[in-house]
Amino acid sequence: MESLGVLMLDPMDDYLKQELGRRFQLLRLWDAPPDRHDDFLRANAESIRAVVTGGGSGADAALIDALPGLEIIASYSVGVDRVDLPRCRERGIRVTNTPGVLTDDVADLAVGLAIAALRRIPQADRYLRAGQWKDNGDYPLTTRFSGKRVGIIGLGRIGLAIAKRGEGFDCPVSYYQRRDLAHANYTYYPTVVELARNSDVLVVACSLNEQSRRIVDREVIEALGPRGVLVNIGRGGHVDEPELVSALVDGRLGGAGLDVYADEPDVPEALMALDNVVLAPHMGSGSLETRTAMADLVLGNLEAHVLKKPLLTPVV
Amino acid sequence: MASSVTARASGGKPPQALLLLRRCDAAFHSALQQRFHVLDFFASGEPLPAFLAAAAAAPEPPRAAVVMGGGVVRVDAAFLDAVPSLRCVVGTGAGVDHIDLDECARRGVAVANSGRVFSADAADHAVGALIAVLRRLSAAERFVRRGLWPLQGDYNLGSKLGGKRVGIIGLGNIGSLIAKRLEAFGCVINYNSRRPKESVSYNYFPNVHDLASESDVLVEACALNKETRHIVNKDVLAALGKDGIVVNIGRGANIDEAELVKALKEGTIAGAALDVFENEPKVPAELLSMDNVILSPHIAVFTSESRSDLRDHTIANLEAFFSGKPLLTPVFPNKVSHIAGKSN
Repeated sequence: MESLGVLMLDPMDDYLKQELGRRFQLLRLWDAPPDRHDDFLRANAESIRAVVTGGGSGADAALIDALPGLEIIASYSVGVDRVDLPRCRERGIRVTNTPGVLTDDVADLAVGLAIAALRRIPQADRYLRAGQWKDNGDYPLTTRFSGKRVGIIGLGRIGLAIAKRGEGFDCPVSYYQRRDLAHANYTYYPTVVELARNSDVLVVACSLNEQSRRIVDREVIEALGPRGVLVNIGRGGHVDEPELVSALVDGRLGGAGLDVYADEPDVPEALMALDNVVLAPHMGSGSLETRTAMADLVLGNLEAHVLKKPLLTPVV
Repeated sequence: MASSVTARASGGKPPQALLLLRRCDAAFHSALQQRFHVLDFFASGEPLPAFLAAAAAAPEPPRAAVVMGGGVVRVDAAFLDAVPSLRCVVGTGAGVDHIDLDECARRGVAVANSGRVFSADAADHAVGALIAVLRRLSAAERFVRRGLWPLQGDYNLGSKLGGKRVGIIGLGNIGSLIAKRLEAFGCVINYNSRRPKESVSYNYFPNVHDLASESDVLVEACALNKETRHIVNKDVLAALGKDGIVVNIGRGANIDEAELVKALKEGTIAGAALDVFENEPKVPAELLSMDNVILSPHIAVFTSESRSDLRDHTIANLEAFFSGKPLLTPVFPNKVSHIAGKSN
């Protein structure tokens, strides 16, 4: 295989790093201290034909412009909201992501967060470990998950997988997205507010773009209401985070199960102080099996590019 | 003397006397007192023998009793001797291991349990706890709350649920709901019960050891009785293996707790989600510092919805009994499943 110069933006995953090093000419941006990144890019610009990035790092216009030889950006994620796609289109740079392989894990975590939030699984665990079962008696009653109305924003691969799991719990499923899919089993709502008003659990499962930024705003949060639960396995940018925090503190929203935040890895202090939220550190795709499959997809896309074969999972 | 509010008589007949041996919330109390002449053990403040003797000596001694589990009262020969008027005992828990079913059957005392009132919540908790242990949700939550995410980077990877072989011990009301839910996650369902169930397509195993050998996850969801005490023992844990996960939403005594703790300490199995323990509320200290276990204080069935369903269901069984109709959810000896009659 011809030696493709690949720039990896951050360590992400050991297996991916090893394989990139084995199969290509790997350059690691983190070998240079943060204030020397520009120098590093300048020094290596000519040889870099590919960039491997993650959902959080993305690839902005500044990076793309610094690499005149760039042909392909392979993201180790399904979300590419931080990759400047218009700039890539202008330059003829291909972009790939990792859809499909992580669908099950992300859907599993979404449902896991919903059950954890309603049934207070982590909170009850903390209660027990703190000796409260002995000292204070039984944990208070929680709220049933089965049969609750599940509303999904975005009925793509992940949204459909969540819907299927919801059916296993006899949850009536409804959804919002721009297009009514006329699905036999799931009810369509033409606005997010109406979806929220008719849901007990609202799940964000769409991609982040201009239309969906802050799609969960104060109006949606209040429509979901004091007994409603928000689950976010999309992007922090989908939700007006200060409004979310304020609604949870005030009791205008019943609870939340969150895997993503506006400014990862920083989670607002006010959220950490709450007992009606479950907080996960962006681990929707975080199983060994899935991360390996994601890495293989990144590698497969790069190899297809080198061999001038059709890319496996192109976005651009 | 046990106190009670005189119930409104219906149709001119005086309300039937009912022994109540359960701590109830206000709504439950009120619903019972509206329909029956309630002799309330916990309200009486008397020791059990005195309370039962007084009830038996009343002009209209009680023919039915509502009895909670959890080690408070055991309905055995002595209990039944103390109140010979009893013809019906209604348990209010998912388990009826506090009721001597053989003794009741011998005396022609009908026993009812809570039927499917708790089944969905128990199944939901089992699935939620399984996801939490495989995906390390509880430990990751602690990681976030301790402020470690910005300092240490991403949390450890967990293990994928999809494709896992889940072995369910006991395919009754709860076990079958767990199976239905996990199928939607792409799990393969194996099970053990006393007899294979013709109506399901899951893989049957005649004993728990073989079930464990062919499973990645073992879910204990059967009732506790003589045959099922320590049904998950050292051999079964070894057969499950070093990547195996144990979920217990049955009774603590279904599992040899000492062997389970040892297996977790030594890495004989990978993790566990435990809602019940042999000596509640005591939990083995070694478990409290483990990140690969999900611990919960016997909460699997306790939602506000199941509380109100239980109230309605208990009253429905009592009204059936008192009007000479069959109980909605009778229990017979030597039946591990939670409902009698046709399998679902």
